[in-house]
Formats: sequence, C-alpha cells, structure tokens
Amino acid sequence: MIAPEKRGIITPEERLACVLARLILDPAAPPARHIAVGAASPIPAAACWLVRTLGHDVRLSLLHKRTGNPFTEGSRELFDLAGQGRIDLFFLGGGQIDGAGNINLIGTGEWPGRTTRFPGSFGSAFMYTVVPRTILFREEHSRRVLVPRVDHVSAAGSPQALVTGRCVFRFASRFTLASLHPGESATSVRDNTGFAYESPPEVPTTPEPSEQELQLLRGPVRVEMLETYPGFCRRVWGEN
Amino acid sequence: MTQSVLSLDDLAAGVPDGALLALPPDNSLPPSALVRALVRRGVRGLRLLGVPVSGMVTDLLIGAGCVASVQSSAVSLGEAGTAPRFTAALAAGSIEMIDATCPAIHTMLQAAEKGVPFMPLRGVLGSDLLAHRPDWRVIDNPFDHDDPILLLPALSPDVAAFHAVLADAHGNVWVGRRRELATLAHAAKRTLVTVERIVADSLLDDERMAPGTIAATYIEAIAVVEHGAWPIALLDEYEADSAHIAEYARLARSDAGFRAYLDSHVFARSAAAAE
Repeated sequence: MIAPEKRGIITPEERLACVLARLILDPAAPPARHIAVGAASPIPAAACWLVRTLGHDVRLSLLHKRTGNPFTEGSRELFDLAGQGRIDLFFLGGGQIDGAGNINLIGTGEWPGRTTRFPGSFGSAFMYTVVPRTILFREEHSRRVLVPRVDHVSAAGSPQALVTGRCVFRFASRFTLASLHPGESATSVRDNTGFAYESPPEVPTTPEPSEQELQLLRGPVRVEMLETYPGFCRRVWGEN
Repeated sequence: MTQSVLSLDDLAAGVPDGALLALPPDNSLPPSALVRALVRRGVRGLRLLGVPVSGMVTDLLIGAGCVASVQSSAVSLGEAGTAPRFTAALAAGSIEMIDATCPAIHTMLQAAEKGVPFMPLRGVLGSDLLAHRPDWRVIDNPFDHDDPILLLPALSPDVAAFHAVLADAHGNVWVGRRRELATLAHAAKRTLVTVERIVADSLLDDERMAPGTIAATYIEAIAVVEHGAWPIALLDEYEADSAHIAEYARLARSDAGFRAYLDSHVFARSAAAAE
C-alpha cells in the first residue's frame, strides 16, 4: 500500500527513475540488452526494474542484490563481463563531474583528496571506457558538484547523458541541456552549473511519469527493490 | 596436513605488525571479530588491501591507530555513509592512501594466483590513477598495433583474513559465491579464517558445496567465532545490524566518540568475552 498522503504526489525519486528508464530505452542509442547497476544506486536500479516491468527484454545484473545475484565467480565477474563487451550500459556518479564528462571520486585539493576526500574510484576507471553506454547520475546539482574541471580524474569517458535533480543533459563532446525538471528554469540550471554547456533557446520540461509508470514503480518495482534498498523504499514509498 | 583450530586471540597473533593484510568489504565476509581482536592486541603498521574496496573494519583499524597505509578502490560504510576515521586520518596525513580501481586489484591478485609477474587490464588509461601508480605500466600490445594497454604487477598479500560460514574438520572453508575470496586465498602467502561453525563431513565430498569451497591447501588456521561478521551481514545467515553501524558512523565522526565506541564494543571485558 502506498501511504495515503503520498498517493497523489510524484516524488523526485520516482520522476528520476522514469527519466533514467526513458534514457535506457532511447531508440537512438545502441540497444541495452544487459545492464549492470553498482552499489548504492537505488534510483538507477528502480529505473532498470521499471524497464523490465514495462515488458522489455533486458538482463539486469545488480551487484548488491543478494538473492538471485547472477555473479558466481565473485566480484571480479562483472568486470570480466564488461571487458568482454557483455555489459551494454552502466551508471556512474561523481563527487565532481566536469563539462568534458570526467568524473572525480577521489576528492578535492591535493591528491588523494586532502581538502575533501570522496570514497574512491570503485570500478569507474575501467567501466567508463569499456562499457559502450554510461549514464551519469547525481541528484545534487550544484556548482560544488558540476565543476569546470574536476580536481582529479577518476575516470574519463563519453556519457550518453547526465541526469541530475534539476535537469537532463545530453553529451556529444560537450553537454547540451535537454530537459528541465518541473520547477526548474534555464536560469536556475545556469546558476547552479559550474561547467559550460549548450543551451537551446527552447528547453522542454522533463515529462512527468505516466500513470502506468507510477503504478509499476509503486507496485512490482518496489517489491523487487525491498531486499536491497529497504531504507530507500521506506523513504520514498512509506512503511509497508 | 590438518589445519589448526585456534582461539580467536591466537589467530589474531598470526598477523604480524607491518603485514600487508588483505580484507574483503562489507558485502563479502569481513572478519569483524578478528579485527576487534587485532585492535585489542594493539597491532601496528598494517598495510591494508581492500579486495577490491574497504568497509567498516578498515575504518576501525585506522581509527585505532593500527594502519600505516591503505590500498583500495574505495573506502566507505555503504548506506551508512563515508568512513569517518579513514577521512580523518587522510586529512591528518597519518596514513598513506594508495588508490586503485576494482578490476585492477582483482587482476593483481589473479596474477599472483597464477604465479606470473604481471597481467594486462583494459581501460583505466584516461584516469589520473595512473600518474599516482608508478608500479602500473602502460605498454603497446605486442600482438597488435596502436593498442596501449595497462600492465599490473602481481600482488601477494602477506595475510588474507575473512569470516566464512562453514569449515569442515579438514580445514576446507565454504565461501559460497564469494569467489573473490578464493582468488584472494590462492594469491595470499597465508590465509586466516574465522567461521561460524565446523561441520564433521568433508565439504569436498559434497558436489553441491565443493564449488563454493576453498580447499585446506590454502588455509593456514581457523578460529570458530559465532556472529564473527557482526555487525556486518553474513550471506543468508544473518542480516546487518544497521542500527549499530549507524551508531558507529555517528560516534566515529569525533576522536572522543570513536574512543567511546572502542571502549564499549572492542575493549570492554564483556565485548571481548563474547568473542
């Protein structure tokens, strides 16, 4: 059951999951037959489950799912699969992201992050270059995160898109503002973005989730998510 | 040869000061009780290796002053947030951080497992990691043209330690699908394991258990410690004690809070006796 007071309200997490799902299904991009989702990525995971429950034949490998986890050769298997070209799409974030698409998970200030230390690069230095499609995702959209030039490059690559809590950017050698989430404007994005990007004269609003998408997210997707992301499910969809 | 079954303290005594100690992260059988025993023993100068990332036990060892350096692809408490003692130690300059990326650590261990001096890995070339890893080299693929590729040296930890569900009376250890621990045990010079329990029948006689088992060949010693991964989850045996981990994350933000945590949960007679 969805908590009654939340029934009619579309949460930012639901909106972002739908945005990511549409990018996964983008007909202009190479097909995503096998998607891997890393640790601590509940919104990308929800997007993938949404794509699946919409009826698309996509293989999902969620690194941190315990039951039904497909990896039987340990934590190196994901990277072996990716190195062979068997993973089509991956998600990455960053403590800093710059206008060239570089991500920084090391930290700011002198190496290795003497001013602010981030957790570390995880598998990004590998995955960003070997996986054909990467979607960058970071909810915080601020000048602190979206910088002209990252202090340190954990990984360099060419993302399909960057999705934030304010907008969607597409990427082709540099970022272009593609859509604004409800409540945002070209100015609010400009004010909070540290890197230069293309901004067309008319920027569409990010479409809201459809009734079907919301029903799937709050039903079967939530059920799939509960084991791996109980805290997230509680926060977004209430006690169940 | 049969493996020794030791007390937890005797197992901890097998980790010398200054050892290159490999530890798995919080989703892959961390030896939490053994690490608490190491802190009680006052081990010093450890060089930790995250396989391939690091979690709460690494943060605990750093906070307790046991660590000289950390080689890892990330250090974090997962959903509980940043690793506070790691972050504080880096800011204070009291530990050396050797940054890596997950598949590089797997590859270095796989080279050691095979007994070859190095192995290649794709990717990584655009990363600043390379500038800070003089031990990593980029060469031209000798089998092709215009194909730079990264070479990684074999890495053989002095000691590998983890907490598994089962061992048998022969010293075989079952890790299930956490096969990176098998690679680690193959690569390490010595492997020390705590387990929930020891079963009488050989794990290798059971076709269903054998593929998830590390043969006793690779295991030096075992100690039986019930709930030895606590507060971290252990496969389908028990879930994470999320409230405790959150409490650690809160307390470890300050030196005083971390000391209080150690006093209550590591040094207290009741805490030590429970293990």
